[in-house]
Amino acid sequence: MKISLNLAGLKRAKWYEYALRFVLGGAVTVVTGLIAHKFGPVFGGLFLAFPSIFPFGVTLIEKHETEKKRKAGYDDPATGRKAAALEARGAIAGAAGLMAFALVVWLALPGYKRVVLAAASLAWLSVSLFLWWLEKKHFLVKRTA
Amino acid sequence: MTTEWLVRFLLGGFVISLFASAGDILRPKSFAGVFAAAPALALATLAVTISGQGWHYAATEARSMIVGAAAFVFYAWATSRLLRDGTRRASVVATLGLGLWLIAALAGWFLLTAVA
Repeated sequence: MKISLNLAGLKRAKWYEYALRFVLGGAVTVVTGLIAHKFGPVFGGLFLAFPSIFPFGVTLIEKHETEKKRKAGYDDPATGRKAAALEARGAIAGAAGLMAFALVVWLALPGYKRVVLAAASLAWLSVSLFLWWLEKKHFLVKRTA
Repeated sequence: MTTEWLVRFLLGGFVISLFASAGDILRPKSFAGVFAAAPALALATLAVTISGQGWHYAATEARSMIVGAAAFVFYAWATSRLLRDGTRRASVVATLGLGLWLIAALAGWFLLTAVA
């Protein structure tokens, strides 16, 4: 399956959905900082991998896909839910990549302070893409017809 | 101090929106899903933490983040399984599932603190 860009995806979201994402993202970042401030970095660090806007993201996918089907004349909420399930399946690889991200930051500090976040992001991307590719090639899960 | 929280808010909002928008335009859906678990929150937080509280604080947070990320793997897997037959609402499953993330993360955290 080919990876592609579909810029129409940007038009599908409403302006207030973008605004909500921004506010939600900012608020979660502040709350994460407050948790670390109050309970210390050992506990606070857990929340750096909090699925901050994941529920909002899959909700939007369900909504947009259902709307798309409705415009085409089908009233089938299951389609949107299955699209959200696909997104969640991809997130498994992304979350495994997050483990690699955190591991790189933990091991690379303090020696590589200037490049640590770039190196960790690269680790996230590499591990996530590799796992996603493995899953696509059916190396991880055997599917039944 | 107030400035630091404002920077966190703006940076967090921007980085998280950026990764979410990447997910909007990428196809197939499962590939876009990778970006639903991007390190956006961690990038925004650690950038401020390294310059503010220092590297030792940031490294300690990162060690705990490994546990939080493992909980995210479990959460995403459970969400995917529960949604794939199309009978449950995504908003309900993904939101209630956050409780599952919290339980898994806390269990991992107790293990981490017991071992460390």
